[in-house]
Amino acid sequence: MTQESVITDEMRAAVGVESEVYVNDVEKGAIIKFAQAIGDDNPIYNDEEAARQSRYGGMVAPPTFFRSLRSGEMKVDVSSPYPANLDGGSEWEYYEPVRPGDRIAVSTMISNIFERPGRLGNMLFIQRETKYVNQFGTTVAIQRTTGISYQP
Amino acid sequence: MAEQVYFEDVQEGMDIPTLRKDPTTQQLVKYAGASGDYYQIHYDLNYAKNNNLPDVILHGALKNAFLGQVMTDWIGDWGTLKKLSVQYRGMDVPGTPVFAKGVVKKKYQEEDENIVECEIWLETHEGQRTTPGYAVAALPERE
Repeated sequence: MTQESVITDEMRAAVGVESEVYVNDVEKGAIIKFAQAIGDDNPIYNDEEAARQSRYGGMVAPPTFFRSLRSGEMKVDVSSPYPANLDGGSEWEYYEPVRPGDRIAVSTMISNIFERPGRLGNMLFIQRETKYVNQFGTTVAIQRTTGISYQP
Repeated sequence: MAEQVYFEDVQEGMDIPTLRKDPTTQQLVKYAGASGDYYQIHYDLNYAKNNNLPDVILHGALKNAFLGQVMTDWIGDWGTLKKLSVQYRGMDVPGTPVFAKGVVKKKYQEEDENIVECEIWLETHEGQRTTPGYAVAALPERE
């Protein structure tokens, strides 16, 4: 059975286009709230006094705290024609710790779009790369995500 | 806190200490609030059932956080997490424990850093691996 491609020229043209940048203020309370939500009681995420005794000399954010930060608006976005969406996974690269008071600029681009037949029919894969840059211009982390959509 | 692990103490093939998590529906609501991910399949049972799910399910990113923690707990204060990747292959539901586990696949020195590469995964209480992943970290060495 041949399957019509759902990838349009507009979708192909959106690959590689950087979004706007959104600057997030990292608040200590937000780090603590995030650490409590994931159930991680490591003092470096929860307790400023204890964190001062650590290697970091103060509190830092847990590795997936970036999920709580907002990215800038897409200049050219693509939406899948399929209503059902799955999060396929994430790949992270970490370069520098994030601390309370940091200002993290977040931007995203679509890095790849492809489709392939799966158990649930034709599956559309949209991969995005999100970049996190601190107030000193240092890239602190990169996240690559894969969104999967299909017709249920 | 656990004692600091050093590069010299690590062998390829060794297990990373298991992290047990007991996610509840309350935790999913807390995670929705803290992360800003308000997709209803994570806290609205009717919505989940209308989407052909058996129950509300854990956020993939919450499972990602558990797999981050199994690494950061193990590498300790003086270890540095450099890469973390996870793939969501299966669903996990609240109310039953999940176990974050790992095994050291490779250790080597590169650019003055002591690198360990680990296979990591999340396992249900029935032993099903729902969320495989990979992590790379740098460890301190004993002087």
